[in-house]
Amino acid sequence: MKNKLGQYIDELHRLVTKPHSIMEVCGGQTHAIAALGLENLLPEQLRLVHGPGCPVCVTAVGFIDAAMRLSHEKNVVLCSYGDMMRVPGSAGDLFSARARGGQVELIYSPLDAVKLAANKPEKHIVLFAVGFETTAPATAVALLQAKQLGLKNFSVLCAHVLVPPCLEWLLQMEDGKPDGLLAPGHVCAITGTEEYIDLAHQYQLPIVVTGFEPNDLLRGLVECVRRLEQGDYGVWNAYARCVQRQGNSVAMQAMKKVFSPENRYWRGLGNITNGGLCLCEEWAEYDALKKFCMGDISQEEEKSGGCRAGDVLRGMMKPEQCLHFGKECTPLSPLGAPMVSSEGACAACFRYRNVENPR
Amino acid sequence: MFECPIPETEKDYVQMAHGGGGRMMNQLIREVFLKEFGSPEVGKQNDATVLPQVDGRIAMTTDSFVVTPLEFPGGSIGSLAVHGTVNDLAMSGATPLYLTAGFILEEGLSLDLLKRVVKDMAKAAQKAGVTIVTGDTKVVERQGGNGLYINTSGVGIVQHELEICPASIREGDAVLLSGDLGRHGMTIMSLRSGLNFGDQLESDSAAVHKAALALIEAGIPIHCMRDVTRGGLTSTLSEIAEDSGKTISLNEENIPVRDDVRSACQLLGLDPLQVACEGRFAVILPAEYANKALQILHSHPVSQGAEIIGMVETRRTAPLLLTGVLGVERILTMPTGMQLPRIC
Repeated sequence: MKNKLGQYIDELHRLVTKPHSIMEVCGGQTHAIAALGLENLLPEQLRLVHGPGCPVCVTAVGFIDAAMRLSHEKNVVLCSYGDMMRVPGSAGDLFSARARGGQVELIYSPLDAVKLAANKPEKHIVLFAVGFETTAPATAVALLQAKQLGLKNFSVLCAHVLVPPCLEWLLQMEDGKPDGLLAPGHVCAITGTEEYIDLAHQYQLPIVVTGFEPNDLLRGLVECVRRLEQGDYGVWNAYARCVQRQGNSVAMQAMKKVFSPENRYWRGLGNITNGGLCLCEEWAEYDALKKFCMGDISQEEEKSGGCRAGDVLRGMMKPEQCLHFGKECTPLSPLGAPMVSSEGACAACFRYRNVENPR
Repeated sequence: MFECPIPETEKDYVQMAHGGGGRMMNQLIREVFLKEFGSPEVGKQNDATVLPQVDGRIAMTTDSFVVTPLEFPGGSIGSLAVHGTVNDLAMSGATPLYLTAGFILEEGLSLDLLKRVVKDMAKAAQKAGVTIVTGDTKVVERQGGNGLYINTSGVGIVQHELEICPASIREGDAVLLSGDLGRHGMTIMSLRSGLNFGDQLESDSAAVHKAALALIEAGIPIHCMRDVTRGGLTSTLSEIAEDSGKTISLNEENIPVRDDVRSACQLLGLDPLQVACEGRFAVILPAEYANKALQILHSHPVSQGAEIIGMVETRRTAPLLLTGVLGVERILTMPTGMQLPRIC
């Protein structure tokens, strides 16, 4: 493997003749880059910036607070993915809610929550549905299954968010706009590449669909640099073993059945037009926000507490440039979500700290 | 109406009366525990076991086991309770001799399951050459209905004069790992999550003392030895490096991780270097003995996958460093808590 990777790196050095900044959109890619120590090996003029692709990081505090409140409701069991557990809300995280008597179950799949609802008719099961287009289809399937089983004790706290509206929001910003994007391979495996083609043409930049393994990652990076050097824009697929142009139509259909887009507050970033998914009107009875009269929580603003997550998620600042990084803010006592999420840029940079500049 | 105070005869499950000190408890001890672990001679059963005199320093350790599920591919909580304590003794270079076995059973636990676990425990003890010499049973009220916890303490004899501890490690020492990482942790996680990571994945749970003691018997002056359990290799080596004031630098390409374990870790966003093992150990020794040690380890089934994975240096930027596949060196940080499976 080493030789092949070395060839890609040599090629990058051959290709780059002027400065480029390329954003890897997905947090999984950020972690792979940090784990490889890739940035140490790149040409000086090539700069990687970390993107907003960490669903845990961008979930609004309002949702975490709502999830914590729900876990304390009588007879309610809140089901959450593991890496949501340690993300700070405005007063603690889901682990602290559980320690104080809240009912929180850690799940691996939304279908686990449906199974729990079927097995425990005396409890009401709330699925804390978080994630991009990668996990939204699984939530959709869970809802379809719950309806088919006639379950009345199952609902969803829907915090799903969509990648393309956020990229559009980023590209509209005046400062710090990246020259090229590595699009998230797994998201594109579901959605296909159509929406990215529109973005690439509108904002005239190359977007390369990229995977997560060292080989895939470097292949995407080389492709993006080549296009930048040639002044091309458009969408290129450097992850063809997983991604097809039309995406996964079964998953997309399931999503269409249960979700509709809505404006959503992204933690650290702001309100993004059509940036989130909520349940359609006909699925209202499965909407935990409505069922428990939680009001509109998705628009809530929050105090930052010194955390510069917004700048990190927009690629404006590297985690190591934050004054709090590795000092007041560590995985043990995080100031913000990117330090605890397994996809978070700050967590990646902390876990794989550079030997020369360890902070 | 008054209800009859005598408990119903329910043969298949543990009941509170099994811990009540009466006939049911007596029956449980005889039919489940003594049947597998062996009985003292008639008329010699006592509150404490008196053991023969030994020649050498004595090593002692204790550990509690709370794993769920109770049975998993490659073992059970019973065999794990033997391996864990035997391995802890072996890591100080002691020959394990005796174990104690304390059981906390939950009301409602299947007796068949208990019998299987005890049988597995007895088998593991016999294979490791240790005797379970005393034990205890308590029953607690029903919670989830499937609880079984085991504490084992172990006694071993130390017949060498080595100081096996972090303070003994020296610059230039070689760091060896006895086999591939992460199989126990990923097996358990696979069962808990209902994700099927493939039929071949089974726990690495095993007693490693024969391989570890063979190194000492061959005259290799071991400086430090530690089994790789919770927190994985990263935790184990971070602790040693921190305690010794030295840096341990590792080479990622030499650290054995099976492909199925690596894939499962990638799927869940976990680091194989932080996943628990139950039959692996790291040993630090003078570099000139590294190849001889490797040969000895390879001759034992439990450590036939051993590799030289790194070396000890004077303290640099951090206690533990790792050079990755691209040749870039980075800091390995001790995990802060449990690893949490990721969303996507």
